[in-house]
Amino acid sequence: MYEFNYHRPKTLDEASRTTKEAEDGQVLAGGMTMIPSMKLRLASPSDLVDLADIDGLKGITIGPDTVTIGAMTRHHDVHTSPDVQKAIPALAALAGGIGDPSVRHRGTIGGSVANSDPAADYPAAVLGLDATVETNTRKIAADDFFTGLFETALESGEIITAVHFKIPDAAAYMKFPQPASGFAMVGAFVAKFGGEFRLAVTGAKDCVFRMTEMEQALAANFSADAVAEITIAEDDLLADIHCGADYRAHLVTVMAKRAVALAAG
Amino acid sequence: MSIEVSMKVNGKPVSAEVEPRTLLVQYLREHLGLTGTHVGCDTSQCGCCNIHLNGESIKSCTIFAIQCQGQDVLTIEGLAEEDGTLHPMQQAFWEHHGLQCGFCTPGMVMVACDIARRLPDADEKTIRHELEGNICRCTGYQHIVEAIESGIKAMNARG
Repeated sequence: MYEFNYHRPKTLDEASRTTKEAEDGQVLAGGMTMIPSMKLRLASPSDLVDLADIDGLKGITIGPDTVTIGAMTRHHDVHTSPDVQKAIPALAALAGGIGDPSVRHRGTIGGSVANSDPAADYPAAVLGLDATVETNTRKIAADDFFTGLFETALESGEIITAVHFKIPDAAAYMKFPQPASGFAMVGAFVAKFGGEFRLAVTGAKDCVFRMTEMEQALAANFSADAVAEITIAEDDLLADIHCGADYRAHLVTVMAKRAVALAAG
Repeated sequence: MSIEVSMKVNGKPVSAEVEPRTLLVQYLREHLGLTGTHVGCDTSQCGCCNIHLNGESIKSCTIFAIQCQGQDVLTIEGLAEEDGTLHPMQQAFWEHHGLQCGFCTPGMVMVACDIARRLPDADEKTIRHELEGNICRCTGYQHIVEAIESGIKAMNARG
């Protein structure tokens, strides 16, 4: 790993300024992607700005229509929160399927969402639950947040402070995990809000996306049969050593079916 | 650039000047000489480097020593009693032969203690799932799982 300067600011303003003013500043949350990336020299920030000492970034708040999760809240805390388990059980279950127990003791929701890994789990929940990503400067709708492979709408020095999830009538997440890493080869998150549906897919393209054709079909018929015949073109799907584009396309329909079946209970 | 870092390791206060890029596992092994914590993969996958940070299992190859400023670290060396009496989980690994080459054992034992703390009623299936982040290159999982089941019972009995 290359050398870097380490900062541990007490305030968001200082963290934002330090990140922005550094030659190549990066924010450090749980470090579960950042540190391995630095070890592999895929990332070599000049300065690392650790958010650990900033107050107010951790915790879960349940409102009448929303669940708000602070950016530095760990996967373990979301997974085991009785409040999240009650309000959005699919979200608690999703958090419990990330990495392994020791990774969940460090990894944070803010870090996962900011990273926009194409195979990460949280982005599917953010998009599927029509969440709002709050930063130190603004609020960003999930539909505008994920812009590409490891790319988001975040600007330099902009730091996620919380994610606000809408509480659905029903929701479920199903993924086909890559057996060694547990990352989603394909994952589908479905949520029902009254008569409207959202279905977000992770793992298949450069970043998480919605299957609007499936959403419309579910509005007419909330059952796995409604999405069973809806397929996605292979053309712009990811292909790698684990899984070709044709298999990923197949998995999109299968995971969507399983998620809908679970949500429809 | 070096930074002074102070923390508690196995109940004792320690401090040193480290580079920011020093990983906790390097600090433990190379600065403190606590070589019981192993480095198996260096990519956060094998779990050999598991320690407890403030009572919870984490992978010490995926955290910088400076992030542990002022915090409480427990390594495999800190589990047994001062007089050498093994921790109930270590005793269970011994009795059930929960190891072959032994390389993954420190991480397995530290995670096993964490499972016992979080899930005192864990059954075999749960234990296998909880071991997702620990790899045994000898594939000796059968005895490891039996050891953990027995160790959890012993820890529950101890209270």
